[in-house]
Amino acid sequence: MSSGHDEVFDDTDLAPGDEHVEGSGIGLRVLGYLTGLGLAVLLTATSFFVAGTDLVWEPSIPVALVVLAIAQMGVHLVFFLHITTGADNTNNVLALAFGVLIVLLVMGGSLWIMANLNHNMMPMDQIMQMQR
Amino acid sequence: MSTIALTEEHHHGSASGHRWSGPAPKRIVTGYGFWIFILSDMVMFSAFFATYAVLLGQTAGGPRGRDLFDLRNVAIETAFLLASSFTCGLASIAADERNAIWFQIAMAVTCAFGLGFLALEGNEFASLVARGAGPTRSAFLSAFFTLVGCHGLHVSAGILWLLTMMAQVFTKGFRPDIQRRILCFALFWHALDIIWIAVFTVVYLLGSAA
Repeated sequence: MSSGHDEVFDDTDLAPGDEHVEGSGIGLRVLGYLTGLGLAVLLTATSFFVAGTDLVWEPSIPVALVVLAIAQMGVHLVFFLHITTGADNTNNVLALAFGVLIVLLVMGGSLWIMANLNHNMMPMDQIMQMQR
Repeated sequence: MSTIALTEEHHHGSASGHRWSGPAPKRIVTGYGFWIFILSDMVMFSAFFATYAVLLGQTAGGPRGRDLFDLRNVAIETAFLLASSFTCGLASIAADERNAIWFQIAMAVTCAFGLGFLALEGNEFASLVARGAGPTRSAFLSAFFTLVGCHGLHVSAGILWLLTMMAQVFTKGFRPDIQRRILCFALFWHALDIIWIAVFTVVYLLGSAA
């Protein structure tokens, strides 16, 4: 368990952000953050490269950027926030899953509805003509 | 928390005599509660992102994203925030090890990167307004300033919190309640960096590429 706190830890849970460390592990923990930093830098650099280059087939660029962003969010969650699939993290992961569900519903739903309204709305000049 | 499952697991579990009993330790309760707050904050940001995406084309004849954004500036902002997230992690380790000096150093560096980020963002906003591309120019720019500005406000609040934690560790030491606040602060700061990933991808990179 993560060391250094006064409080006694329950064997079955871990607070979000706390790390499950076996044995003594300052070096190991720093290494974890360094790994996260390295991966994040790699993914960010790739994102900026893809956005500004002619080497990549252009229609694929938005998809590539979104995939890279999601990958980097995963890296941050695992290496900085220490959200894992372990049994001590079940509650944290479930809360996160619910949050992601709501985020997807809000964004996807808004875009879907607004695109639909946009599509079905009469062009502005015709509305103006009807008001005359 | 799933009380039933935990209880059952321990009834069938090891014969070491350890049983789950009573509420979870305060650190877990506090951290979990703050985790829920962060997720609700992300839900709020998703509404701002949805607004931005819907209003992306509504420029009212004004400038579009690709006419305005300076990707080099955004890259430096991203680097600052990422570096601050890393040093914030080092501060968490120092706090767990009860090393006050390294904690203060790591937090000070985190603060410096955060302030650098805010300075760059303020600079960008000021230059946009000076070029006549302020939030009142078009629906697109209103949405842009709301979304990016809201993240900037969160970073500002985070820096105030960071300075508070430095002062509290200095005067009160690594008491359990201070440790819990440090845990929550670290969650908040890392979450801001995750939101920034979405901002630089959706707003700046997609806005310049598409």
